[in-house]
Amino acid sequence: MAVEVVLWCIAVLLATAPAAVAGARRTATTILVYAIALVVSTIALATVAWALVMDAGLAQTLRLPIGLPWLGAHFRLDPLAAAFLAVVNLGGATTSLYGLGYGRHEAEPARVLPFFPAFLAGMNLVVLADDAFTFLLSWEFMSLTSWALVMAHHRQPGNARAGYIYLLMASFGTLSLLLSFGLLAGPAGGYAFDAIRNSQLSITAASAVLALALLGAGSKAGLVPLHVWLPLAHPAAPSHVSALMSGVMTKVAVYGFVRIVFDLMGPPAWWSGGVVLLFGGASAVLGVLHALMEHDLKRLLAYHTVENIGIIFIGLGLGLAFAANDMRGPAALATTAALFHVFNHSLFKSLLFFGSGAVLTATGERDMERLGGLIHGMPFTAFAFLIGSAAISALPPFNGFVSEWLTFQAILLSPQLPQWVMKFLVPAVGGLLALSAALAAACFVKAFGITFLGRARTSAAHEAREADKFSLTAMFALVFLCFVAGVLPGYFIDALAPVVQGLVNAQMPRQAAFAWFTIVPIAESRSSYNGLLLFILIAVAASLAAYVIHRWASHATRHSAAWDCGFPDANPATQYTAGSFAQPIRRVFGTMVFRAREEIQMPPPGDPRPARLHVHLHDILWDVLYAPVARTVGVTADVLNRVQFLTIRGYLTLVFSALVALLVILAVWQ
Amino acid sequence: MAIIVDALVQLGQLLLVLALAPLLTGYVRKLKARLLRRQGPDLIQPYRDLHKLLRKEVVLADNASWIFRAAPYVIFATTWVAAALVPTFATGLAFSPAADLIAIVALLGSARFMLALAGLDVGTSFGGIGSSREMMIASLAEPALLMIAFTLSLLAGSTQLSSVATFMQGAGVGLRVSAALALVGLVMVAIAENARIPVDNPATHLELTMVHEAMILEYSGRHLAVIEAASSLKLLLYLSVIGCVFTPWGVAVAGQDFAAYAISVPVYVLKLAVGGFVLAVFETVIAKMRVFRVSEFLGAALMLGLLAALLLFVSRGG
Repeated sequence: MAVEVVLWCIAVLLATAPAAVAGARRTATTILVYAIALVVSTIALATVAWALVMDAGLAQTLRLPIGLPWLGAHFRLDPLAAAFLAVVNLGGATTSLYGLGYGRHEAEPARVLPFFPAFLAGMNLVVLADDAFTFLLSWEFMSLTSWALVMAHHRQPGNARAGYIYLLMASFGTLSLLLSFGLLAGPAGGYAFDAIRNSQLSITAASAVLALALLGAGSKAGLVPLHVWLPLAHPAAPSHVSALMSGVMTKVAVYGFVRIVFDLMGPPAWWSGGVVLLFGGASAVLGVLHALMEHDLKRLLAYHTVENIGIIFIGLGLGLAFAANDMRGPAALATTAALFHVFNHSLFKSLLFFGSGAVLTATGERDMERLGGLIHGMPFTAFAFLIGSAAISALPPFNGFVSEWLTFQAILLSPQLPQWVMKFLVPAVGGLLALSAALAAACFVKAFGITFLGRARTSAAHEAREADKFSLTAMFALVFLCFVAGVLPGYFIDALAPVVQGLVNAQMPRQAAFAWFTIVPIAESRSSYNGLLLFILIAVAASLAAYVIHRWASHATRHSAAWDCGFPDANPATQYTAGSFAQPIRRVFGTMVFRAREEIQMPPPGDPRPARLHVHLHDILWDVLYAPVARTVGVTADVLNRVQFLTIRGYLTLVFSALVALLVILAVWQ
Repeated sequence: MAIIVDALVQLGQLLLVLALAPLLTGYVRKLKARLLRRQGPDLIQPYRDLHKLLRKEVVLADNASWIFRAAPYVIFATTWVAAALVPTFATGLAFSPAADLIAIVALLGSARFMLALAGLDVGTSFGGIGSSREMMIASLAEPALLMIAFTLSLLAGSTQLSSVATFMQGAGVGLRVSAALALVGLVMVAIAENARIPVDNPATHLELTMVHEAMILEYSGRHLAVIEAASSLKLLLYLSVIGCVFTPWGVAVAGQDFAAYAISVPVYVLKLAVGGFVLAVFETVIAKMRVFRVSEFLGAALMLGLLAALLLFVSRGG
C-alpha cells in the first residue's frame, strides 16, 4: 500500500536525523545524509505519483497507535494528499541532489544535516495526517525544524532576528490553526478528519474557521500582510533549504488551507471566495513590488514567493466563488489552475534558489550590486537561471505561463457569477494579476541581467567559476521539468483531475482527448493554447532565420570595445545597477506603495565630496500592523516588569487576589 | 482538404506578414515626411536598409555573451510567430488554436524579455536605461491590454482572435460604446508597445528619452537587420489585431472559395494603409511626452479598458 511506503520513507528520514548528529563533522556523513534523502524522496515520489495516476478513487487510510491514546495517529492518502506529496518529494529529491554538491561547502554541517531530513519528514507528515492532532503536531515539527535550519548561520548579522520573527509568526500561525480545528471539531471533539467532514458548521463558525485558516495557513504561506517573516527567514537558511522553504513548505501551507477550506469546512459561502481573492491579489502585487526594490538576490526570490502564493490564492478564491454558486466547470478550471501553479512554482522557485546558491558559493555574494558578468564564468548556471526566470515571469513556452493563463481564463468566466460584488472584484483582481505578471518579468530582467549579464562589478564576480556537477544536475533536471510542464501541460492537468474532482466535484475536460496536445479550459471555440506547437514554431522560425542569414548574408564579425554612443567608460560602476534599473518602477508605483523618497545631497561647487543619492522606502504594512503590536508588547512588558521585584508579601497578596477574582468570575459565570 | 487549405492560408499569412512589414514601416515614414513637407525616403527604403545591414559585418562588443547573439533570432522568431497567429486576411489559420489573444501578448512579452536582457548584456548605461524603461512601460501596458481582452471576451465569449473576428462580423454587434472605449485603449497600448510618439520616438538617437533605440544601440549588421524586421512585424501585428477585431469586414472565413481570398488580401492591405495613415497623422500632430508621464498615458488606457468592461456589465444588467 502506498501510504505504508510513504510512512516507511518518513521513518527512514526521521531515523537519519539523529544518526547525522553523530558524524556531522565528516564529509562522508554529508554525502550519506543527502544520498539517503535523495533515495527516500525518490521512492516516495514514485509511489505517490503512481498512486495518483493509476487510482482515481484513491483513499488509503492507516491508524497507528501513537499520539493521544483515545485518538491514535490517523494517516490518509487521497488524491489531494498524493498531489501535494508529489510536490514535497519532488522538491525533496532535487534539493537532496543539489545538497550532495552544495552541502560540501557548508561551514557548519552539524547545524544543517540533522534537521534537513527531519524537515522533509515533517512536511510529508503534515500532508499525510488525517486527524487534527497529528496535523498540528507535524505542522509544529515542520516549523521548528525549518526554524533550526534558518538559524544554521546564526552568527551572521540579521539571521537571529529573522529566526526570532519566524518563530513568532509560526507560533501565531499554529495557534490560529489550533483554534480553527477546535471550531471544526465542535463541542463533541471529533478530531479525526472523517468526523469533522461529517459534522455541520453554523455560518458564524464557518466564517471564523475561514478567517483562522487564512491566518494560520496564510502566515506560513506568506500571504500579505502576514508575509513579513518570509523575506527574512527564507534567505537566511542555506540555499538548498531556502529552496525547500520557498518552493515546498509554502505549498504545504497551501495544502493546509485547501484541506480545511475545500475539504473539511463543507460548502463555502460566496463571499469567502471574494475574501481569498482580495488577499491573493494584494499578495501578488505587493510581493513583486517589494521584490523589485530588493537587490539581495535571495531576498528578491523570497518576495517572489509572496507574489506566487498570491497567484495561487487568486485561483483558490475563484474556485471557492464558482463552487459556492455551483458553477462546476469554472470551479474546476480555477482550482486546477491554482494546483498547477503550486506544482509549477515549486519547480522554478527551487531552480532559482539553486542558482542563487551556486552564485553564493562561487562569489560569496548575495548582493546583486556586487555581481555582474557571471554568464562568462558560469554559463550553465546562467542558462538554468535564465529558464527559471522566464518560467516565473509567465513567458511562453514555459510552465509558469500555462498556470497563469489558466487563471486568466477562469477570471474571464467571472461575469457569469451572479453577485455584483464579485462581478466587479474579479476583473480588478485580474488587472492586478496582469500587473504582477508584467512586473515579475521586469524584476527577473533585473535579477538575471544585473547578476549574470554586463561586466563584473567586483573581482569575486570576475573570478567566479561554474558550480559542481551535482548542483548542475539538480538545476537541469528542474529546467527540463519546467520545459516539459510548459509544452505538455495536458498530462499534468489530467493528473490533477481526481484531485479537483475531490475538491469541487467537477473536473476540466480531459486534455488527452484534444488533438496535438492542445489544452482547452472550457471549449475549443472559447480559448485554447498549445505550448508544444508554439515552441516548435518558434524553434523552426529562429533556425530558419539563422540558416538563411548565415547562408546568404555576411558572416563577418569583428570584436571591439562596446560603442555606448561613443562614450564608453571602462569602469564597471558606470553600468546600470539593480537600484537604477528599478528606479522608473519605483517612481511610478513606489511613491504610493512604499512612500518612496529620493534625497539628493549635492555638495556646493568647489567641494570635493561626492554627490549622494539616498532612497528611503517604508514598509507601510510593517508600520501600520506590526510596529504598534511590537510597541504595545514592549510597553506592557515594561509595566509588568515591576511585578518581578515585589516583596514576598506583595506576591502573596497578588496570588490571593488572583484566586479570589477567578472564583468570583466562576461564580458569576454559573 | 480543409486542413490543406488551412495550412496554405497559414503559410500564405506567414509569408505575407513578413513581406509587408517593412513596407508598412516605410509607408508610415514616407507619410510622416510628407506631412512635414519633406520629400521622405522611398517606400521600399526599409527593404534596402535590411539588405544593406545584412551585407555588413557585425561589430560585437568584447563583453557580449551568447545572449546578445541569440536574442535577435529569438525576438524575430517569437514576433513572427505571434504575427502569423493573428487573422489578417482569413480566419481559418491552421495554427490559430495554438494561442489566443492572451498567449499572443505573452509571446510578445517573451520577445521583450530577451530584448531587455540583450540591452543589459554588454554592460553599458544606455542599454540599461532602455531595458529599465521598456520594462516599466510594459508593466503598465499589459494590465491595460488584459482589460481590453476582458472586454472583448465579454462581448464575443472568446479570447480566440478568429472567434472574436467572426463574432464582430456578425449582424448583432452594432455600434457599442464599450467597443469604442476598448478600441481607444488598444490604440494607446499599441502606440506604447511599438515605441511610437508620444511614448517613445522611433527616429531618435543620442537622446535620454529614447527607450527602444537605447536597447539596440550596440547591435549592428545582420543582428540589427533581424531586430529591425521584428520591430516592423510588431507594428504590423498590432495594426492587424486592431483591424481584425474592430474592422473585420472582408476577412475571408474558413471554407470560402478562392474569390474570397482574392478580395480579402487587398482589403487587408487597404486596412493597413488606413491604419498607417492614422498613425502617421497622430504622430505628426502630437509631441513626445516625458518618460514619467507615460504612466498617466497608459493608466488612461487601463481605465478605458476597465470602463468598457463595466459599461458592458451595466448595459446588460447582469
